Amino acid sequence: MAYSRKVIDKFEKTLNEPEKFNVGRFDPKEANVGTGMVGAPACGDVMKLQIKCESKGNTHVIKDVKFKTYGCGSAIASSSEIVDMLIGKTLEEAREIKNVEIAEALELPPIKIHCSVLAEDSIRQAIDDFEQKQ
Amino acid sequence: MSTKVTLPIYMDYASTTPVDPRVAKKISDHLTLDGNFGNPASRSHKFGWKAEESVEEARSHVANLVGCDPREIVWTSGATEADNLAIKGIANFYQSKGKHIITSKIEHKAVLDPCRQLERDGFEVTYLEPNEGGLITDEAILNAIREDTILISIMHINNELGTINDLESIGKIAREKGIFFHVDAAQSTGKVPIDLTTLPVDLMSFSAHKTYGPKGVGALFVRRKPRVRIEAQIHGGGHERGMRSGTLATHQIVGMGEAFRIAKEEMDRDIKKVQSLHNKFYDSVSKIEEIYVNGDMNNKVSNILNISFAYVEGESLIMALKDIAVSSGSACTSASLEPSYVLRALGRKDELASSSIRFSFGRFTTEEDVDYTLSLINHAVDRLRELSPLWEMYLDGVDLDTVEWQTH
Repeated sequence: MAYSRKVIDKFEKTLNEPEKFNVGRFDPKEANVGTGMVGAPACGDVMKLQIKCESKGNTHVIKDVKFKTYGCGSAIASSSEIVDMLIGKTLEEAREIKNVEIAEALELPPIKIHCSVLAEDSIRQAIDDFEQKQ
Repeated sequence: MSTKVTLPIYMDYASTTPVDPRVAKKISDHLTLDGNFGNPASRSHKFGWKAEESVEEARSHVANLVGCDPREIVWTSGATEADNLAIKGIANFYQSKGKHIITSKIEHKAVLDPCRQLERDGFEVTYLEPNEGGLITDEAILNAIREDTILISIMHINNELGTINDLESIGKIAREKGIFFHVDAAQSTGKVPIDLTTLPVDLMSFSAHKTYGPKGVGALFVRRKPRVRIEAQIHGGGHERGMRSGTLATHQIVGMGEAFRIAKEEMDRDIKKVQSLHNKFYDSVSKIEEIYVNGDMNNKVSNILNISFAYVEGESLIMALKDIAVSSGSACTSASLEPSYVLRALGRKDELASSSIRFSFGRFTTEEDVDYTLSLINHAVDRLRELSPLWEMYLDGVDLDTVEWQTH
């Protein structure tokens, strides 16, 4: 497995300090929580991303994030990586996050690019879920 | 945790074994000017004669371990070449009798790929499904046999599961029907007794490096009575009674011979030791919730234990167990992202197949190694499940089969 040092670091830190790295869950029924779940067990990865938002002017800002991921090391690292990218962003800004940014930040090998695509999808889904509730 | 272990811990004996120091000594005695370095095919001087003597002694050790005549042993570069020689050799020699071959879906690639090649050359191959325990049943064999079947190739011990096929029974069927029976026994030597004087097997492949010998050498047993003929696949000098040309690799051959001599001598001890490690390992790991042993527990060797840890993905578990050398699926397929074809053939769901880890122990594994590994597994599985949305759903009582997943 040709993993970059960055993937290994992120994976290990997330594994060893889950709370610090935003592993966990919000109650999906709460009005200010948006939940996205992408992937399938049969494909080897499932990512669940939850955002907690606060209104600011005519938009919302992501105040907190929780996630859980079933998947290979780079899938787990990718989910963990997007947490820092999301917190403090408006929903519009969050929608602009592209998988390339995640892939570059973690130096994902080509065979693992799909993990970053999945992470990007989870952001969109969580935002969609939140907006539907409003 | 114990500090007596050296990290990383090797738990992948089924992929290869370290060379036994006694074997390494024997090998190095056959390399340099002051050693036995001659070409065993040289007939005109003592260097050649001495090398030939060493090669023949090694041949006897191999024959002795598996209960055959030394003249029935053909040296090859490994079990892969032995499998190729057996399968293509029979197919090429007997194709006028028929062009149908029976094998199974859970064979090693060294059997599957030559079969695929023969299909391209106009042969037909039936790939049998194993039962859910990973065994090939007599019924499956009987149902697949046709008028034009010339060869059945079934492995003895499966490399991913450790399951042991009933060679006696399959061989009897093959004999009755007049079909040649080839067995890939790469995982068997030193793990279970093999007696080819009574076993109805016509060709059997062996590997040195799975039994504390060097890589790059193996052998094919080719029965003399009743006589089995094969067409050579490598030509150039007519070595090994024309079945496999090429200067014999004396140092590797004596290494294999010594490894097999030790295997014969110490088999009882090796088996007992590995059995106790296996039981210790299994007793502890089976206390973890939602784990599944892959392969029939009542028909397997103790040195291999294949376990699926549900709701945890295999590659992430291997990463979390970075101080333990294990494999997910077989080493040859670990580079791909596909779950193991062997586990799939057992009917395991993809997610269980991709959460599987093969642990394999051997002669140099210690109790401390097992203890340390167990504590790491417990820790890693706990942590990864805490991270797993599937585990959360399982705890919430959600049936994962009813969820509409967004496949990608």
